[in-house]
Amino acid sequence: MKVNYFPGCTLRTKAKDLDFYARECAKILGIELVELPDWQCCGGVFVTSSDEIASKLSCARALVASRDDNRALVSVCSACHNVIKQTNHAIKNDAKFADAVNRYLAQDEEHSDPYFGETEVLHYLELLRDKVGFDKIREAVKNPLTGKKIAAYYGCLLLRPGKVMAFDDVENPQIMEDFIRALGAEPVIYPARNECCGGYIALEDAASAKKKSDTVSHSAANHGADMIVTACPLCKYNLTKNESPLPVVYFTELLALALGVKENDDAE
Amino acid sequence: MQRIGVFVCHCGTNIAGTVDVKAVAEALKFEPGVVVSTDYQYMCSQAGQEMIKEAIIENKLTGIVVCSCSPRMHEATFRKTAAAAGLNPYMVEIANIREQCSWVHKDIPTGTEKAIILGKAAIAKVNLNAPLTPGESPVTKRALVIGGGIAGIQTALDIADAGFPVDIVETKPTIGGKMAQLDKTFPTLDCAACILTPKMVDVATNDKIRIFSYSEVSEVNGFVGNFDVTIKRRARYVKEDICTGCGLCTEKCPQKKVPNEFNLNMDNRRAIYIPFAQAVPKVATIDPESCTMLKTGKCGVCSKVCTVGAIDYNAKDEFITEKYGAIVVATGFNPISMDKFDEYAYSQSKDVITSLELERLMNAAGPTGGTLLRPSDGEHPHTIVFVQCVGSRCDSCAEKGKEYCSKICCMYTAKHAMLIRDKYPDTDVYVFYIDVRTPGKNFDEFYRRAVEEYGVHYIKGMVGKVSPEGGKLKVRASDLIDGKQLNIDADLVVLAAAIEPDKSARPLATMLTASMDTNDFFTEAHPKLRPVESPTAGVYLSGTCQGPKDIPETVSQAGAAASMVIALLCKDKLTGNPCVAHSDEMMCNGCSTCEKVCPYGAITYIDKEFRMPDRTTKVRRVAQVNEAVCQGCGACTVACMSGAMDLKGFTNKQIFAEVDAICK
Repeated sequence: MKVNYFPGCTLRTKAKDLDFYARECAKILGIELVELPDWQCCGGVFVTSSDEIASKLSCARALVASRDDNRALVSVCSACHNVIKQTNHAIKNDAKFADAVNRYLAQDEEHSDPYFGETEVLHYLELLRDKVGFDKIREAVKNPLTGKKIAAYYGCLLLRPGKVMAFDDVENPQIMEDFIRALGAEPVIYPARNECCGGYIALEDAASAKKKSDTVSHSAANHGADMIVTACPLCKYNLTKNESPLPVVYFTELLALALGVKENDDAE
Repeated sequence: MQRIGVFVCHCGTNIAGTVDVKAVAEALKFEPGVVVSTDYQYMCSQAGQEMIKEAIIENKLTGIVVCSCSPRMHEATFRKTAAAAGLNPYMVEIANIREQCSWVHKDIPTGTEKAIILGKAAIAKVNLNAPLTPGESPVTKRALVIGGGIAGIQTALDIADAGFPVDIVETKPTIGGKMAQLDKTFPTLDCAACILTPKMVDVATNDKIRIFSYSEVSEVNGFVGNFDVTIKRRARYVKEDICTGCGLCTEKCPQKKVPNEFNLNMDNRRAIYIPFAQAVPKVATIDPESCTMLKTGKCGVCSKVCTVGAIDYNAKDEFITEKYGAIVVATGFNPISMDKFDEYAYSQSKDVITSLELERLMNAAGPTGGTLLRPSDGEHPHTIVFVQCVGSRCDSCAEKGKEYCSKICCMYTAKHAMLIRDKYPDTDVYVFYIDVRTPGKNFDEFYRRAVEEYGVHYIKGMVGKVSPEGGKLKVRASDLIDGKQLNIDADLVVLAAAIEPDKSARPLATMLTASMDTNDFFTEAHPKLRPVESPTAGVYLSGTCQGPKDIPETVSQAGAAASMVIALLCKDKLTGNPCVAHSDEMMCNGCSTCEKVCPYGAITYIDKEFRMPDRTTKVRRVAQVNEAVCQGCGACTVACMSGAMDLKGFTNKQIFAEVDAICK
């Protein structure tokens, strides 16, 4: 199975582990991640004002390229996935916005046909669940993580806005728990799993961010978890920075551990 | 050629204010068939009607047109007038020159011009009218009530009181419905069981009423006055006529771990059970999903302990068919599932409960014997948070909840809060609300008592999240009046779940060809003036199957539905509406389109033998209209592609004649 892959800037710098293990695991699971040749920053945040177009164009270009390649567009970083998915949704459902985007894209030296949201946008977890199947992953596991109690941490970007992301039930998501079960570990359900980590507020008001991060990490610890898994570099940054009592790892690291991928010496 | 009389009404100044009535009468004089045309101040008055009668007799009229108000207002009046003068009442046409003309126009020339056009259309139609005679059908003097909650019980008692036999079909092993599960009732705080169970006994002892419990309606045929209903009596594995309800079997059954649905699964019952002490009929029922004997053939304890030999492991579902003149739907409601509202952690903590679960926890016959204890650890809760409108008034989240207000929650939450503060004064009670809606006799006084006398903390704002942490429920909420975020460590959180119609309502509506709204509540024939009748003749609505209601409203509606049923059953024969569909068999091509569009199930197809011109015979499939069921809506006449369907009194020819007259 071939899919287009959008790594995103953070995966080249702070979150190399997230990227490295995503690629390694894909090989084992028979997925070819084709990195988009000219991907640009996703914009970092989906700007909700509908007349803001420039920051969404890089996503639009990635979406058009995937449409032309007839492949789904996959990302691992929660933030990238959120911005790409929301941009695609806006193009699909807001004719005025789509028209403006297409006019901009027509200015590019090499440009394709107008785009109306045809590309399937998937998060790596959705790829695992819907295209590979957790059953197949269970079979591929070499080192089952038996006995490990793992708290899945969704944060906000994967889930919200719920109607647009259509990722899982925003208040009672199951995908990461099912993923953890597939690896042989035991998921820990704790109430803060879909709360915000503090996000970018860390830059301006570190104390507020700490309060948010602490709520999450302490809730997971109090419910008996051994570690927290996340898909989001920013969540990992905030939780780690604010001295989470539990180790915080990327879900791809966990997957690699279970699939028996060799450790990455080079990553952060 | 018809001899037509035209009568133009002034309706005081209602019509004459914007229509030159004399000019209208004058203009219509020269229309085809018109022999007399006149005006009068109030055509519906005694004098006006007399004028019409005399004109009919004097001029030997064969049809009349009354230019007046809406036919909804006085068509029946003028039909009676015509009949009194010996004219077939269906030879009367009304030109609505009030609601559709004088009331919507401002200047006299426009109003007058339009009134003349409307009059011409009515004349064109009456020229093609034919006398119609309504058919008659007999009435089976027995009623069926579907649902045995307080709505069904009250309806059945009232119908039986008038002397007509009634059958109640109830899916549960006992009648009583939701009210039997309640603790106290607002606004008087009398115990629900104390006022309900005597009524249940009245039902059981009334020789006009039969109860088919643990049963469901599986098929409905026929029409008003003549319904044929098949009732499926599910096997309860206990002979109802022999069982004495002693309850010995329910104590000895070794299968002790069956969730007790009557207590909303908060405790267990046996595989053979009687839902509650005052159940009617008071007979045991074996739950085949849980019974070891029925599943493996090894046990038989209940059969051994039963002193009267009532147990019958070989029982089978039975089907009985009965005739009814009228059907009352009283299928009730259920609280919606809390699955999609996990921000309140219903699935994560036993101490997050619904209001109906709280009723059981406060009920002396409930799982805790009426002492309010936390389900998780059996401790007394000291801080309780009530969340209103969980799933109600969800306009932005229709896929999760309901757009409507569930109506009963504000009052029962006030009741719960008050009762808890009364019994456990050391408990802090918070109620989070969007609005407090307490219209109703003594309702607002009741709510204010909760706030002012019982010190319940009412906070305008919604709860955003409930987090079970360290044995407490951390409630995060907004206080909209103070503009603050609140964090409350609660011991118990009670969710006022929205209510929805019972799941059995939708398939039942299909069987009855009764219409429903998008929320699966049954639609009434008129939202204000015919609130207890379904648009389908002979089908009546009682209680929450029609919309959210409290007990007083349900009981009033139940009585109203019963009185409609009694009025129907008192008649020996029903006079139908002669304006019904009719199929021209020679033109019908048997396509079934009309059958599919008919909302009343009035059209069936039969194979009929036709003689061909060459004297051979040929069998063809043709549509046949059951005139007693047809309501004359005309959907089939529009759908029919071969033009075989026509509506008596509103034939295609008549409609075209009207259009032609208007467009001329």
